[in-house]
Parts: sequence; C-alpha cells; structure tokens
Amino acid sequence: MSALERLLEKAGRAFEPGRPLARFHALFEATDTFIMTPPSVTRGASHVRDALDLKRMMTIVVIAMLPCIFMAMYNTGLQANLALDPAKAASLEGWRHDVMRLAGMGYSPGSVAACLFHGSLYFLPLYIVTLAAGGFWEVLFAVVRRHEVNEGFLVTSMIYPLILPATLPLWQAALGISFGVVVAKEVFGGTGMNFVNPALAARAFVFFAYPADISGDKVWTAIPPGAAVDGFSGATLLGEMRLLARPFGEQGYSWMNAFVGLEPGSLGETSALACLAGAAVLIATGIGSWRIMVGAVAGTAAMAIVFNAIGSQTNHWYAVPFWWHMVLGGWAFGVAFMATDPVTAPFTDKGRLIYGFLIGVLVVLIRVVNPAYPEAVMLAILFMNVMAPLIDFGFVKANINRRARRAGGHGQA
Amino acid sequence: MSAFGKREREALLAPILANNPIGVQVLGICSALAITTRMDKAFVMTMGVLLVTMLANVAVSLVRNHTPGSIRIIVQLSIIASLVIVFDQILKATLYELSLELSVFVGLIITNCIVMGRAEGYAMQNPPLASALDGIGNGLGYGLVLMLTAFIRELLGAGKVFGFVVLPLAKDGGWYVPNGMMLIAPSGLFIIAGLIWLLKTLKPELQDKD
Repeated sequence: MSALERLLEKAGRAFEPGRPLARFHALFEATDTFIMTPPSVTRGASHVRDALDLKRMMTIVVIAMLPCIFMAMYNTGLQANLALDPAKAASLEGWRHDVMRLAGMGYSPGSVAACLFHGSLYFLPLYIVTLAAGGFWEVLFAVVRRHEVNEGFLVTSMIYPLILPATLPLWQAALGISFGVVVAKEVFGGTGMNFVNPALAARAFVFFAYPADISGDKVWTAIPPGAAVDGFSGATLLGEMRLLARPFGEQGYSWMNAFVGLEPGSLGETSALACLAGAAVLIATGIGSWRIMVGAVAGTAAMAIVFNAIGSQTNHWYAVPFWWHMVLGGWAFGVAFMATDPVTAPFTDKGRLIYGFLIGVLVVLIRVVNPAYPEAVMLAILFMNVMAPLIDFGFVKANINRRARRAGGHGQA
Repeated sequence: MSAFGKREREALLAPILANNPIGVQVLGICSALAITTRMDKAFVMTMGVLLVTMLANVAVSLVRNHTPGSIRIIVQLSIIASLVIVFDQILKATLYELSLELSVFVGLIITNCIVMGRAEGYAMQNPPLASALDGIGNGLGYGLVLMLTAFIRELLGAGKVFGFVVLPLAKDGGWYVPNGMMLIAPSGLFIIAGLIWLLKTLKPELQDKD
C-alpha cells in the first residue's frame, strides 16, 4: 500500500454516510477515482464489461486535443509576437509582460519557446478560470443532488478556452461557462442529459452577450492596442475573406498556411492540421463517430459546389471552394471535437451521417449568404444538436415500420 | 354570508403565486418574452392585461347565464376585443411614445391566453365580484413575473431601472459592461424558465408527476 493510498483511505472515512463530511462525499469520490482505480466491482449479472468507462473516454478526448492545445499556445504567442512592434516591446504593461520580462523570454517570433511561453500566458488563465467557475457549479450540483462529480466537465473545460479569442476578459469567460454548465447541462440533469453541447452554449452566451469582445478584427491577436506594427490588421482569414472586394483567387492566400493554422483566430481553432490529428485519434479509438465527420465533409463539399455553380458577381464568397471552407474558422475543430459529442449527436448510424451532412450544409449556407454572422460553425452545430432527437426518431420509426411490414403487418404502424 | 368570502379571497390571492398564470398555468409567455426589455413597457403591459382581464371577466360573468354554449367563445372574444381597443386608444391618447414602442403587443392582448383562459375557465362559472377579483389576481400574478423579468433584463442589459441609470455603463465612463443578450428574446425565456424552476423547487407540490 502506498502512502498516497493510505492517506486517501484515511481521509475517505470522514466522508462516509453518517460522518460529518458525508454531504461532500462527491468531492472525495472525484479526487479518489481520479487518482486511483475505483475499488467497486460489478456484482450483479449480465453487465457489459469493458475497460472503456466514461473517465477513460474523456481522457482520450483530451489526449486527442493535445495538438490543438499546443497550437493554441504556440500560435497565440506567434501571432502576438509577429504583430508586436519591437520598438514598443519594452514599454508594454500588465502582469503578462512582467512575467515575460522576469522570465527573460523576449518577443521573438522566430523562437518557438518564446511564442509558446507568451501564448500560454493567455491560454492558461482562460483555462484556469474555466476550471474554477465551471468546477464550482459542477461540485455545487453534485453536493446538492448527492451524485458524483462527473468527468464530462474535463472535456467541456478543455474545449471551451480553445474556442475563445485569447483577449476575452476572464470574467466574461467565467460567466459564459457558468451559463453553459448550469443552463445547458445541469438544468437537464447533468452529464449525459444535456441536449446541446455545454462548451458551445457557453460560447454562444458570450457571443450574444458581449459581441464586441468575441467578434470583429480587434480581439484575435493578443497584443494591447497601439503596440502593433504599422499596417497591422488583426482580422482572421475568415473575416478578411468575407470582405473580398475582388474575385476569390486574386489575393494569393496560401491554403497551406490556413491548413497549418499560423493565422489569427480563436485560440485552438486555427489549425486544421492539429484538428485532423485529433480526429485521427478519435476515429482510431472509436470514440468520435467517423460517420459524423464524413457527413460534415460531404455536406460542406456539396453545398460549396452548389454555390460555386450558381456564382455571384457581387458576393465573392460564392466562389470559395470547399477545401477552403474546411480550413477556415472553426470548421475543423467543430467537426472533429464538438459535432462528434456522443451525447448531443444522434444515436443511429444513418442519423449520424445525415446530422454531419446537414452541419456541413448549414455552415456553408450561413457563411455565404447570411450577412449577420461571420462564422457559422457554432450556430450550425447548436442547431443540429437540437434536431438530433428528431433525426433519430425518424430512423427508429422507419425501422419499426419496416419490421412491422416484414412481420406481416401485425406490428404497430 | 359576507360578500367577501373564502371564494373571493382565493380568487384574488391564488393566482399571484400558487396558481401564477405564467409560472404554473404557463399562459401569456409570448408577450412576456417580447416586452420585458424595459420596466416601463412591462408596467404598461401589466396594467393593460390587468384591466382587460378584470373587465372582461365581469362582463363575461354578467352574461354567463344568457350565453348559448355554442357561441360562447365568440361572445367572449367580442367583449375582450372591444376592451383592448378602448385600452389601446387610451394609451395612444396619453402615452403616445410608449404606445408606439409597444406597437402590436397591446393589440395582441386580445389573444393573450390569460384573458381568454380566465374568461372561459373562471368567469363562465362564477359571479361578477369573484370574477373581477380573479381578473385582478391573474393580472397581478402576470405582472409580478413580468416586472421581475423586466427588472433583471433592464438592469443587466442596459444598467437601468425604469430608465434611471443604476449601473453606469463602461462606454459612458462607468464600469458596467452591459450584457447584450438581455436585450434579445431568448434571455426572457431563460429568466422566466429560471423563475418557473425556482417556483417549482420552492413549492414541490406544483411539480408534474411523471
């Protein structure tokens, strides 16, 4: 028995029923099973015995997101360092720059370490605030409702900072995740009961409540106003392409750059490459549905080809080919990590294909013809989250009818 | 037997909390989402619904024994519609600016489920005094939820209460950053749904059995 094990066992006694801390058993249980394998074993008959429990599943999703997390820190630092006017670097104020000076990192865009360090000073505070605010609600509901703290929040809290702009005020991030956890999840009964993705609901809250801090071209690059080099534009590639004054293709944008993702944008969304690596992990382990991803690719391609064929003299978005749609904005991240959320996606296989397809169609549709929203991935996935039960209902009903007919019409129609 | 017995007291008080038209009967949600961005709008709307429900209840109750069952909805609707038109005209004559902002929603009091629901569900079976009190009670219950929702939305969305600055906005040199979502309809639903949740948690006997 290791010292840690002894300590946990000793501490755990205070949380047993009837003891003074029994009310907070959920807290102990969460810590205990996070560190140790749960001691409880299934005793009843006929259970599915699988090493893949909720905890391991969530851990794999977080592992799949590691490339995105790395890119989030590196790219945020890189974009800030690129945009920063070297002459003004010494006069920067704020705790982040104090830390930078203390560490002696400097602001060289060429140094991977300097970029990573700079970016982590934006990513980590957002992540910590998310954990603290969201974790507070999780534990509160677990204690009041006397259930265990669920691992679902591990993934939510990792996705959420990755889909925010680096400069978002921390209190807004905290408000957003509170909304996401309470209104999108706990109200409906907690992990597994949510009908929309909590991280996306949280982002949608911030998006509608404080639009100035999460859209436009000022928020994506983590440098103070006035510290940028002359002629710097902070617009994301997506934002820039929306305003195309000349036909697409004359600007000489590099698809490869957009694919690798060294461009301004939400923290972890810019790199389609990192998302692809994550998607590969999810598909290989069977945790993310490949049907949803394939459906989304097909839907995006189909809708983009339709728009390419229609063409437009005034709206140059019509001409953007589908392989561009897939590397812009949050498409790759949304399709790999959020559309595949098993709770909010359909459960039927065919339903998943349709669900992914419609997400792809909606993204392109909103991007091209809706003037109000610059990015559509969030709204498309939220909308399809709501539609998922309907899709399932259709396929389940069709199956019942088919079997009823096969049985000679004795089943329920 | 006194004129103000148990029935009358219940008619007046029950709808305020225990049988709240929005919280428990889930009626009148549509207007509650639309006009709760500001407290003055919510107040005028409350007065409108309160007066119309009360007067319609009295009128419907007075003719309840002479109304043939087959055309009773038409009778109720004509009474309600006439009252709403009168209220709309008074509003235009006295508070013209506000009446423009409330626009179609005053006219839509005609179809407000609370007015119809109380006329059909209560005034058709009860004497005029009790019906009048029931109308007032439901108006107050509706107003309570409306004013609470509008208070939250105006305070968080614009930093004001009844148009007076309470939280100075950051763009005017203050510190408060307004929550833009409070000014669009979904926030009304979140708040009202939250109030219903709160009410049903505090009064477990109101929870639906499933």
